[in-house]
Amino acid sequence: MNPTPAFALLTNGTALPWAEVPAWPMPEFLDQVGASLTRGGRLSSLFGVPMSEGGALQLVAVLAFDASNTLAVGRSQPFTGTFPALTVHHPQAHLFEREIWEQHGAVPQGHPWLKPVRQDHGAGPAVGEFFRVDGREVHEVAVGPVHAGIIEPGHFRFQCAGEEVLHLEIALGYQHRGVEEALPGGPHRASVHQIETLAGDTTIAHATAYAGVLEALAGTEAPLRAQWLRAIALELERLANHTGDLGALAGDVAFLPTASACGKIRGDFLNLTALLCGNRFGRGLVRPGGCAWELEPERLARLRAGLDTALRDVQQAAAWLWDATAVRARFENTGRLEASQAREIGLVGPAARACGLVRDVRFDHPTGWYRFAQVPVSVWPDGDVFARARVRWLEIQRAGEFLRELFDTAPDGPLHLPLPPPAPNTLAVALVEGWRGEVCHVALTNAQGRLHRYKLTDPSFHNWTGLALALRGQAISDFPLCNKSFNLSYCGFDL
Amino acid sequence: MFLRDTLLNRLRRGCETLAYPHGPAPALPDRHGGALRLDAARCPLDCAACVAVCPTQAITRLPTEPTALDLGRCIFCAECVRVCPAGAITQTGDHRMAARHREDLVLGAPGREQLRLAEALGEQLRNLFGRSLRLRQVSAGGCNACEADTNVLSTIGWDLGRFGIQFVASPRHADGLLITGPVSQNMELALEKTYAAVPDPKVVIAVGACAIAGGPFRGNPPIRDGASPCVPVDLYIPGCPPHPLTILDGLLRLLSPAGIPASF
Repeated sequence: MNPTPAFALLTNGTALPWAEVPAWPMPEFLDQVGASLTRGGRLSSLFGVPMSEGGALQLVAVLAFDASNTLAVGRSQPFTGTFPALTVHHPQAHLFEREIWEQHGAVPQGHPWLKPVRQDHGAGPAVGEFFRVDGREVHEVAVGPVHAGIIEPGHFRFQCAGEEVLHLEIALGYQHRGVEEALPGGPHRASVHQIETLAGDTTIAHATAYAGVLEALAGTEAPLRAQWLRAIALELERLANHTGDLGALAGDVAFLPTASACGKIRGDFLNLTALLCGNRFGRGLVRPGGCAWELEPERLARLRAGLDTALRDVQQAAAWLWDATAVRARFENTGRLEASQAREIGLVGPAARACGLVRDVRFDHPTGWYRFAQVPVSVWPDGDVFARARVRWLEIQRAGEFLRELFDTAPDGPLHLPLPPPAPNTLAVALVEGWRGEVCHVALTNAQGRLHRYKLTDPSFHNWTGLALALRGQAISDFPLCNKSFNLSYCGFDL
Repeated sequence: MFLRDTLLNRLRRGCETLAYPHGPAPALPDRHGGALRLDAARCPLDCAACVAVCPTQAITRLPTEPTALDLGRCIFCAECVRVCPAGAITQTGDHRMAARHREDLVLGAPGREQLRLAEALGEQLRNLFGRSLRLRQVSAGGCNACEADTNVLSTIGWDLGRFGIQFVASPRHADGLLITGPVSQNMELALEKTYAAVPDPKVVIAVGACAIAGGPFRGNPPIRDGASPCVPVDLYIPGCPPHPLTILDGLLRLLSPAGIPASF
């Protein structure tokens, strides 16, 4: 599982001059990437970089070699027109290649399902061809974009035979706000705020990745105390969302004690984040160069007490859930995904770990405080709704223990240092294990040290395909439960 | 055994719904800051420190007019509070921020140092909705934070149902829309159709800086800079996201002149 030496190697949260990123002619580039994927690499990102002049494009691949804690970067030489699709042999490239086609017009030849990712082309995202199953008993169910709850919009198209789902196609793009397009020429004044609201429930993870990229471009890193505080905030974000998910899963199988309790406890965790910075989602806490709010001893004591209470409460609420045979009966063998499928489509985060894959940025590519303190990777082998719930519960427990450890090891020193300007013509990569999985930010600066290209990859970008596959052979009535067990972001995908 | 334990544990937890509005409102987090206040008379001549740091162009200073701060555009990062040399912009700690008219969110003119809080619906609409308001929520480019802090109102901690307010699945069953997000172009049609599907008379509530004026995404080409270019808005609730208490206050303010429903 070692990268091909031809790639430029770097560790998470570092930068290298653009000139040192090897550039191959397109066929060779695709061979190199393909060979690396075959040997166990994972596609963290694949995107186009438009040349400053002439309208040509370069493709850049960021590969993660988890077992050897290494990232590998390579690029194609400038080209125009078409390129042979990687997707044919490596399905995990399928959305990346659709995105390249949509953003730059370069056609991945042989792509089996080339259609827009999020742009509307004037007609609305779900207008266009859908995969169809034909047969006398087959019927089609269309859901969304507006759903029956307080939830973001997306369109789901089911091909069913009776109750059984044969195929689900997910059409997103309704939430597209142009975040990635707004970044070149920046960072702008609004940039950090757009990143913080890219996926509102993942504010800390995205802001930390953004800060990491800018710090790497500036050839520095955040002060230790800021790294420590970022880890606290990231784990609080994980606790709040995992707790909410356990409650929502319980709600979807009509097990109300846990659903009611977790709805409230989730808020208790959010209030702990608000204790840090005033905002329940952590806005304004992480800033390039450090953190903006100090965690004084008195506040730390309040945080510790609040965490103890919330953890005790969630322990109780989860115990009800695991004790209930009715819950187990609904969770087990529902929405099952095999480890081989998960590997093939490049699944990340708790969804991947619930298929038995040991895949966690905090462990594989540690940055910041995670270099000094480790959280065990939480894995469950079965790949079903039960496994995804179980991994969340394990992560709640381990995040709690980790936070208690962190509270006792506060480093001294400044919380924020002025950030030098970004180096020109430099590429930086930052991965952060958000609560949904790997958040990947890649930045490339121009000759003036301004952003030339900024590529955002939310874990949802990898994982929506997982939900679609998990639905195959399921009763359509289990869609809400399966959907909740992934709980993916619409806006994080739509950018 | 299991059933008994579950019930016992539930009983032991007791009632977890907050005392408000019978009791006092819970305090905002101390670093939240609440609504902003602008005493434009204190602005030094030729100072535009706040204008330069505001990420959403919420502050304007024209040569002949007092400084203006638009809380509809504001995401409450408080950068302006930090840089103001004269203490002209201050945090009030007040969670109440909902307004009925867009211009009521603009501070700065003499006598408009603070925002003008929303008055209730007219008597006729209050008679219709005062004890039973059903809302359809539409996220149109929302980041899931406004959605989450609206959702939380239906949990046991807030129990929105006790005020007769409920979120429903179909716009056909609704008395109004609660909109979050800057209204992405890709959601514009869906929003308009949802609005059209709600029977008259209906109310529209814009929650969060995005739904009021585009929030941090203001000016990005794929968005419409808020809900009002698409549908008429009756209540604006500022914030990024607004605290659940701010949203609740806004909803109650709409239904009752006292800000607390008559049944309470």
